[in-house]
Amino acid sequence: MAFKGQIVIDTEHCKGCGVCLAACPMQCLELSKNVNGKGYNYTQTVNDKCIGCASCAMVCPDGVISVYKKQC
Amino acid sequence: MANTDIEARKQELLNQGYTEVYTRTKVLTDAVMHYCPGCGHGTTHRLVAEVIDEMGIQDQVVGVSPVGCSVLAYNYFDVDFQEAAHGRAPALATAIKRLNPDTFVFTYQGDGDLAAIGTAETIHACNRGENITMIFVNNGIYGMTGGQMAPTTLIGMKSATTPYGRRVDLNGYPLRITELISTLPGTYYVTRQSVQTPAAVRKAKAAIRKAFENQKLKKGLSFVEILSNCNSGWKMTPVQANKWMEDNMMPNYPVGDIKVDGKLVDNVDVARLAVDHPLTVMQ
Repeated sequence: MAFKGQIVIDTEHCKGCGVCLAACPMQCLELSKNVNGKGYNYTQTVNDKCIGCASCAMVCPDGVISVYKKQC
Repeated sequence: MANTDIEARKQELLNQGYTEVYTRTKVLTDAVMHYCPGCGHGTTHRLVAEVIDEMGIQDQVVGVSPVGCSVLAYNYFDVDFQEAAHGRAPALATAIKRLNPDTFVFTYQGDGDLAAIGTAETIHACNRGENITMIFVNNGIYGMTGGQMAPTTLIGMKSATTPYGRRVDLNGYPLRITELISTLPGTYYVTRQSVQTPAAVRKAKAAIRKAFENQKLKKGLSFVEILSNCNSGWKMTPVQANKWMEDNMMPNYPVGDIKVDGKLVDNVDVARLAVDHPLTVMQ
């Protein structure tokens, strides 16, 4: 039973701390080269390996990540 | 992405057959937190808000915010809040709880507030066994004022006022206030948790949930210490600071339950911690 996950990142409120990158077991996240309105390099997804484990959302200090998953 | 785009994207995923695993709780307001990137305060705020949301007690909660980094906590929680004078949050929480016994009262304090200027209020509130919840965020430094030495600063740890590291002969020993108050008869639940990994966050949330549930029992005070990083005060990146915390803070401040349901946990040796202070070397 495998799960496919999707995350929605509120990039305007992301502070680019990178804690979610260290927590992701599938290495799906990276810091963008672009910056948001506050000048932070926000987090973005880099591949579609996400399994919807919500580890990134658990450690995010600003709660900018929403996680969704479905069975496939 | 603007707010409307985010909501539209979430709805689109739900329509595609996805189920929601996690989203930001509505008990937190939309205000952007002023904390440094990667600070454990944000995670702790989120956990407290999620516990309030899950217990369905949003309209019965009164929080007390301290002086320190979390002085503006009332901006971020969508619950009733009262600002206390520096260190006096437990005294204020005592009054709120005694006048409104049906409310859930919690204080949210840092180590400079709870363990330095507010030591007397903390110890006496714990000794009286007030039915409140105390959340204590320990990062071993005065973060808001620029990284000065706090009572909880480790031996050898560098700060703005101890540039060569904390020395025992000059500055004394780190204060383990959580072990100290666990020996008081008024406390019902005393624990130390951390928020640097997903597993630790889940455990910390369970501890905060238990601390709020205990208020219904009216058996004493529940105290949750959260070990947090202070990446700007420690002069590290957030990920490095979390690693440094695991390597150096945790040997000094062992994570886990200390007192559960009014009884000291067997495998916690409070007497050993009274004499054992490992030296920390900070680059």
